[in-house]
Amino acid sequence: MNRCEFSFAGQRLCALGSGALWWPDQGLLCVSDLHLGKSERIVRRGGSALPPYENRETLTRLENDLSNTKATSVVCLGDSFDDLDASFAMATEDRLRIVTLQAGRSWIWIEGNHDPGPVEIGGTHLSEWNCSGLTFRHIAQPNAQGEISGHYHPKVRLTIRGRSISRPAFLLDRARMILPAFGTYTGGLRSTDQALTEIMAADARAILTGEHPQQIPMPR
Amino acid sequence: MTQIPARISNWFAAKGWSIHPHQQEMFNRAQDPATLLIAPTGGGKTMAGFLPSLSELSDGAHSGLHTIYVSPLKALAADIRRNLRTPVDEIGLPIRIEDRTGDTSATQKKRQRVDPPHILLTTPESLALLTSYEDAPRMFAAVQRIIVDEIHALAESKRGDQLMLALARLQALCPDLRRVGLSATVEDPGGMARFLARHPDPCRIIQADPGPDPDIAMLETDEIPPWSGGGAAYSIPAVLAQIKQHKTTLIFHNTRAQAEIFFHNLWLANDDGLPIGIHHGSLDRQQRERVEAAMVRGDLRAIVCTGSLDLGIDWGDVDLVIQIGAPKNVKRLVQRIGRANHRYNAPSKALLVPANRFEVVECVAALQAVQEHDLDGDPRRSGPRDVLCQHILIAAASGPFDASVLFAEMIAAGPYATLSRTEFDACLEFCATGGYALRAYDRWQRLQQRPDGRWQLRDPRAAQRIRMNLGTIQDTDTLKVRLKRNRGGKPLGEVEESFAATLTSGDTFLIGGQIVRYEGLRDMVVEVSRRADRKPKIATFSGTKFATSTQLSDRILNMFAQPDWPQLPTHTADWLALQRDISRLPRRDRLLIESFPDNGREHLCVYGFAGRNAQQTLGLLLTKRMEETGLAPLGFVATDYATLVWGLDAVTDPRPLFRPDALREGLETWLAGNAVMKRTFRASATIAGLIERNTGGQRKSGRQATFSSDILYDTLLKYDPNHLLMQITREEAMRGLVDFGRIEEMIARIGDRIDLLRLDRVSPLAAPLFLEMGKVPVKGQAEERLLAEESNRLLQAAGIQPA
Repeated sequence: MNRCEFSFAGQRLCALGSGALWWPDQGLLCVSDLHLGKSERIVRRGGSALPPYENRETLTRLENDLSNTKATSVVCLGDSFDDLDASFAMATEDRLRIVTLQAGRSWIWIEGNHDPGPVEIGGTHLSEWNCSGLTFRHIAQPNAQGEISGHYHPKVRLTIRGRSISRPAFLLDRARMILPAFGTYTGGLRSTDQALTEIMAADARAILTGEHPQQIPMPR
Repeated sequence: MTQIPARISNWFAAKGWSIHPHQQEMFNRAQDPATLLIAPTGGGKTMAGFLPSLSELSDGAHSGLHTIYVSPLKALAADIRRNLRTPVDEIGLPIRIEDRTGDTSATQKKRQRVDPPHILLTTPESLALLTSYEDAPRMFAAVQRIIVDEIHALAESKRGDQLMLALARLQALCPDLRRVGLSATVEDPGGMARFLARHPDPCRIIQADPGPDPDIAMLETDEIPPWSGGGAAYSIPAVLAQIKQHKTTLIFHNTRAQAEIFFHNLWLANDDGLPIGIHHGSLDRQQRERVEAAMVRGDLRAIVCTGSLDLGIDWGDVDLVIQIGAPKNVKRLVQRIGRANHRYNAPSKALLVPANRFEVVECVAALQAVQEHDLDGDPRRSGPRDVLCQHILIAAASGPFDASVLFAEMIAAGPYATLSRTEFDACLEFCATGGYALRAYDRWQRLQQRPDGRWQLRDPRAAQRIRMNLGTIQDTDTLKVRLKRNRGGKPLGEVEESFAATLTSGDTFLIGGQIVRYEGLRDMVVEVSRRADRKPKIATFSGTKFATSTQLSDRILNMFAQPDWPQLPTHTADWLALQRDISRLPRRDRLLIESFPDNGREHLCVYGFAGRNAQQTLGLLLTKRMEETGLAPLGFVATDYATLVWGLDAVTDPRPLFRPDALREGLETWLAGNAVMKRTFRASATIAGLIERNTGGQRKSGRQATFSSDILYDTLLKYDPNHLLMQITREEAMRGLVDFGRIEEMIARIGDRIDLLRLDRVSPLAAPLFLEMGKVPVKGQAEERLLAEESNRLLQAAGIQPA
């Protein structure tokens, strides 16, 4: 099955192979770090003209998860847009696509460091959001409880029988979980990086994304 | 100028030297637009190239840059400067000579642009960089001659294509520019001449006397070469004995990892403490320079090295070349042998040391080919378009350009003589807008057309980024290795990032001949401590991998068909007999496949003898078919004679895998997402300027890595499969890594005569494949199964119940 169920802060949650988090009791799908408009931002700033198809690809994957889960609520955990200008410059086609996805669903945009202000697209804009004991925010905070965040783009690298496998991953301990980046043009930060080993408890686990999400002790 | 000035010929006479016939011929032909000299090492090639320049500059009347000398190696430029300085000073010629490479200081470089020397010694990349500056026309205004040294080496890679485009640019700035190419022995001098000359100028080929045949043999050892392995440790006593009998010995290896292991073993056995050094491209520059300097002083009795010493630095008294491992290619072997004995008309002495018994066969085949003067090689392909894209960007960095003028300039470069305007326009479009079917970036075009029709950079600051990312050399991602100290210890060299990722604290590996212990990663530097008590893991370096030529492969198959092998040493003949006994020997008219378990995995070894590239493609096609039929392949590795596939399940019926129509159909679809294509894409996308390797910032820890180029490839494949870069990637793969024609040849040769042999363990002939570099992973069901197993194991080990 393309999901990995676990309990967190008294709630049953599912890590999906795509990197999205599914909360069945609330009918809520949570994705982090979509970085929409990344290629546009790079070229605007004088960088390379990367293939301008990443919004399509990211939204297609989001659409798949939405139709598979029949989610009624969506929380985007920040850095949904690569910058605020990118949210304004988005092609009409991509905007319409988002509007279609939003139809009939409640939609919350959490602010991130890349998109620290309201965007011109519908939905609720919040700096953080609480629901049934869970707190959704972009960047993990010290001493938080039941916190779900993104920002770090965690990934895990394993060497198994001589094969090195690297995958974006969910990290979780008793107090918090960090979601992998959902956006197509996103890199990752290894779980062994100090930034992550300092935040996550010693008994933290990682759930690797992919066709069959797998849970392991978080490599440190 | 009709005669060599008396001051110069007198100097030759005073040294007791006479001017060689080919040097005189080069002088007589100095006014020709292009000349190619083919001469053996030690034939006074460099002097032949410079003689006309020294003559023309001898009266002191020329002001500004007169001659540009280009060589593939930075070290060669510095070496030539020293070697040229001596005659120039002794004759008292008023000539300024300077080098300019990546190692030249910024101040010096800036001064050279304002006030260039008479003779500038440089590399293709530094020359391309010079043409990217706005003041290039002024700097190059007076240039008369360009000398391309070791042109045979440059012509083998995209560096040569880039150089010829830079020459075309130079020629536009100074129409009277005369070109000289200096080459070692090559199989197709005419092709090399067309590569060098401005199209369609003629190019005269001058052949120097090739000198006496080399004195070349297999090294006699008491120990027998092992069945497998690339270390050649068995030969250490015999190699040490040879070092003692000669003044200076160069010991060539095919890979850096092999050089490291051999050096380590040599040092352990070096009871007399002979001064022996190591030299390869992954070592820190200072370390390499120390070894080079010691070599020039004659302080070293031997140097263990790789292709980094293939080319022309004059090492003085080298009197023996030892080649460890099969030479793979007869032409390169002949060129390496030429490194011994730099004296003209003295035979070079060389010994071949096979690392294992298969290589004994290859070495014997190569010896026969050398004796028969039978050089191998493929015809040079036309210039690739990724290099062309980079050149368009370089032109834009130097100032606004007219597209038609630039096109005319480019098709004057030999490798691009057949380029069509349509192809050129597609490259220009790519540089300007990205060339996507979805026109997303018209507001942010990289190149914009001005009202006068010329093209220019939208953002002038982009010129700096273009310059920083210039070049066609693809280094894999490497990390620096340093001794751990408070403020950063001594740099030792570099290892590949993927290798560093497999290290955990306490692991040991070899670098620069010493065993070091991995301590940790800090600011993207691998920190190590010295440690000599544990068996080392071996650093993996990709280095250059040569493909065995088809001609050598054919010689080997012919040898296999013999009833016995009087020309081979007994141990190797016995080994082939053993293979014939427990399995079979591959034949030209049948396809031998062995299936056996090893170390918890199932293996399939396919002896196609179709050459490395075709065997690689076969690996891709087979693993794809195996994935489709649920055989869970994990990966494969290809050599020139076989492909070894490993996976979780055994293959019992290979026939469906080898149906020609199935293979052909696989070829149509396999382009979708395999590692070889992605690797090819990454190289081309970097050269064409889509992926920037250097953005000016430093890679830091604690920040996410930039996303992998594989994602760009996947995105293009899905949304824009006919994009220019996808076309280039397919073209590159077909020419370089695919070589499907040879698979079809093989299928025609074997028909349905396929022999599958199930063995209980690895066969004598299959064993060496386990040590091959360049394993290609297959990301499919096997990876999912492995992850599931590992997840269960780890959770159980940690006492956690799976949720």
